Amino acid sequence: MGFLLAIVTAVFFPGLILRIKSIASGRKGPGILQPWKNILVLLRKGSVFSTTTSYIFQIAPAIYLSTIICAMLLLPFPGMPSLFGFNGDFVLFAYLLALGKFMFILGALDTGSSFEGMGANREALYSMLAEPAFFILFGTLALLTGHTSMQQIFESFQFTGHNAFIIGFIAVYLLIQIAMIENSRMPVDDPKTHLELTMIHEVMILDHSGFDLALIQIGTALKFAMYGLLIANFLVPVDGGQLIANSEQLLMNGEKGMLHNVGSGWMVVMQVGVYFMIQAVFASLIGLMESFRARKKLVRNPQFIVTLSSIALVAFILVLLITFKMVD
Amino acid sequence: MDNIAIFASVILTFFILVVPSGIRYIYTLGVTIFIILLTSVPAAEALVHPAGPVQTFIAGGFLGTIAFTIDSLSAFFILVTNFTVLTGLLYSNGYLESYRLTKTPAQFALHYFSYSWLHLSMLSVLMLRDGTSFLIAWELMAVSSFMLILFEAEKRTTLKTAVNYLIQMHVGLVLLIIGFLLAEVSTGHFGFDGLQLYFASHPNLPIFFLFFAGFAVKAGFVPFHTWLPEAHPAAPSHVSGVMSGVMIKMGIFGIVRILTFVQSDAYLIGIIMMIIATLTGLYGIMMSIVQTDLKKLLAYSTIENVGIIGMGLGMGALGMGAHSPVLMILGFGGGLFHVLNHSLFKSLLFYCAGSVYKATHTRNIEQLGGLIHRMPRTAALFLFGSMAICAMPPLNGFISEILIYYGLFAGMQASTVFQTMSMMMSIIALALIGGLALFGFSKAFGLTFLGSSRSEIHVDVNAVSPAMLFPKLLIASVILLIGLAPVLFLLPLFGMIGAQFQLNPEPIVLPLVHTLSKMSLMGIIFILVVVAMMILRKAVMKPGKVVYGPTWGCGYTAGTSRQQYTATSYASNFAELANPVFAKKIEYRDIHEEDIFPAKRSFTLRPADVFRTVLTKITDYSMLALKKIARLQTGNIQHYILYAFVFMLIIFILLYLNIL
Repeated sequence: MGFLLAIVTAVFFPGLILRIKSIASGRKGPGILQPWKNILVLLRKGSVFSTTTSYIFQIAPAIYLSTIICAMLLLPFPGMPSLFGFNGDFVLFAYLLALGKFMFILGALDTGSSFEGMGANREALYSMLAEPAFFILFGTLALLTGHTSMQQIFESFQFTGHNAFIIGFIAVYLLIQIAMIENSRMPVDDPKTHLELTMIHEVMILDHSGFDLALIQIGTALKFAMYGLLIANFLVPVDGGQLIANSEQLLMNGEKGMLHNVGSGWMVVMQVGVYFMIQAVFASLIGLMESFRARKKLVRNPQFIVTLSSIALVAFILVLLITFKMVD
Repeated sequence: MDNIAIFASVILTFFILVVPSGIRYIYTLGVTIFIILLTSVPAAEALVHPAGPVQTFIAGGFLGTIAFTIDSLSAFFILVTNFTVLTGLLYSNGYLESYRLTKTPAQFALHYFSYSWLHLSMLSVLMLRDGTSFLIAWELMAVSSFMLILFEAEKRTTLKTAVNYLIQMHVGLVLLIIGFLLAEVSTGHFGFDGLQLYFASHPNLPIFFLFFAGFAVKAGFVPFHTWLPEAHPAAPSHVSGVMSGVMIKMGIFGIVRILTFVQSDAYLIGIIMMIIATLTGLYGIMMSIVQTDLKKLLAYSTIENVGIIGMGLGMGALGMGAHSPVLMILGFGGGLFHVLNHSLFKSLLFYCAGSVYKATHTRNIEQLGGLIHRMPRTAALFLFGSMAICAMPPLNGFISEILIYYGLFAGMQASTVFQTMSMMMSIIALALIGGLALFGFSKAFGLTFLGSSRSEIHVDVNAVSPAMLFPKLLIASVILLIGLAPVLFLLPLFGMIGAQFQLNPEPIVLPLVHTLSKMSLMGIIFILVVVAMMILRKAVMKPGKVVYGPTWGCGYTAGTSRQQYTATSYASNFAELANPVFAKKIEYRDIHEEDIFPAKRSFTLRPADVFRTVLTKITDYSMLALKKIARLQTGNIQHYILYAFVFMLIIFILLYLNIL
């Protein structure tokens, strides 16, 4: 369910960002489906390969997209079971994305271009720096809720009382920033830049064309929707009564009880509605941020990314205070 | 395994020295397989029935008897050792082929003999429980590996490195002897049985860290690691693979063996071990990134992986202290499983690096590049190994790391703030190590195999025979098997841990099996998605639509391959960020006015190991002190008689004053 909804969102997501950016800069802008029309054109186009490249260059985009699809399969939808959730699934989630990045970096290095080497090197550094922030965040949530599968974390997260608000706020903020870094967006990288020396993501795909380029762009769109879904998991309200009933059922049925964990009809409609609203707000936020925020100097980027880890640590210490006060 | 078989395996190895050189390799292979079968069968039995009686084999003659004991812990290490030794031997034939022109048959004989003895001594280390024979086997292991490193002894650096290695090994040995002696003095048993008694009746912390230091020299924990990044590159690649894959794991084995004896202070031991291991992991991978020598990069990454193993073991020890079976199972399980996994992918990577060295005669990444076009299969295997070592799903490295993650998350739910904090720090460190490994191995693979060559080196593809691929493929298939079906390997491992640490793993393992099977399913789905995508791609990309051209150069068309990113520049932004940790060694030779025959100007920049600099300083100072003391050695017989007289006088005075 979450997977399908995320794919639906991914169709509108890049177009919406583009539209918001156009409006913010005083233009009318293209239609919301324009990026996907471009992708469809790319899918049908022929490809140009550099003679320097090898098979790595050709398999990299396919693996990149596959990792994102598989990572999305792990995500739950609020109040509903994820397809493949298990304990510690967010570790797999993070490492799958890392695998995609690894192949993506290798694809860039395969061209032998110094521009792409530059981009690859920056991507490797930034993703390395962003890794701890994600793990601190989920470690904190695991500490708060006592669970390690994303579905259980999110389900019990919403019932941890008022504290959930502040932790949720920090979590959402962090996830937005991580999403921006992972997608090479504004404060770190500018997709609209036109100087190769200062690019990160765009310079890495300089030599990709046709079908492969389309795969990468689909991947980027899906990645946005994926982070949107992750954020929505914090914000979409879950039917508490239903959840309690379900957990009782869970106790009786054991593991299989998870499958019946679906709220009542109206609740689901409401949740889906809220979900789409959140995704739309997320997209507009990105559009606005990109329009009104300046890109950081490249040398400042590591500092900025490490800041996220320290914010995550603040959340961790907050949770420490909360949980140990409760014990006292 | 009985008396005759044990003696036969020892005597047969001596014939390696005398068999005709044509069949020497085949003969060595035969003997090795004989030894492997001899030890693996009881080991497999011990691992399948971990709770069963410990198997003991008494070998004896007119000089006395030695007992070889195989319990489940040594059984696990025996199997790991045997596999890597076998692949190393299979690989060695092709690797040493080109040396037949420059080396005499006698040198080959010595090499294979030492290889066999490294194997035998490692197995003995795993099976002996008596102190004297254990220490002899430990020493034989150091000496035989010393001989193996010396294969290219005509190189000055190799000789220096090997001697350095031998000295450091003996520092470790001395610590172990002190430990065993301490136990003997109070219990009367010289050996592991004596230690067990000692641990039951004395404070555990000092004696544990005495042994830990002794074994850590072998295992390569920071700050005892300085021999490792020198010795691994100097040795021939199959030896580096075996040394890094299994020999250093003998240190890990020793630590685990000692941990099974620990009765008190386990919590503190665990915390300290975790701190050391975390620093080891971070330092290892950070140094690995800035290296430009391919094998040195791999050697530093070995240190990183020892750190990960140590984190697991430390967490297990912490679990012992906190009486938490979950932490023990996950910690020891993750750590020991990583022992197996690391032995696989690190030997694979070293064999690939060996093939690269064979074909190009250089290990310097700055000069390599574009090898994937000439050696596509080696490149694919190196990529596979890199993915496994970076803990990418669905390969084996991921499984052991996620076990450690599980342990850390479980440990975080503790009742003390201190433990929660330290677990969180370990999680951050492990996540950072993961990111850094990605950085390091994207560099190792990307710059060695991708792009185009950075210098005018001749790539002699024929130097790498297809037979050298076979052991690598064997390892790669095991890596994939573990990645997709970890439960097969983990269940005996957990059983072993349960038997060694007297706990019942069932309630922890059952949900874990459920989780891991879901993970396997996810791995298979991932592979299917990739395959489907590739098929789709193949169908869409018709040959007519594909055009080939040069790489986009931003309008500049005269770019050369020397303008590509290099190993140093790829690591530069990271090196800048982590500057305080690194030491640089700059060698600059300018042309001086007074030079009569001015040589070329040269500039080299090499990353230096801080700990090595410190160690050199210590040895330099002690050399100075020793030189001062050396004045006593005058060469005059009268002086020496005077020394003896003074010595006796001092003894006499001390006795008189009742001090002695």
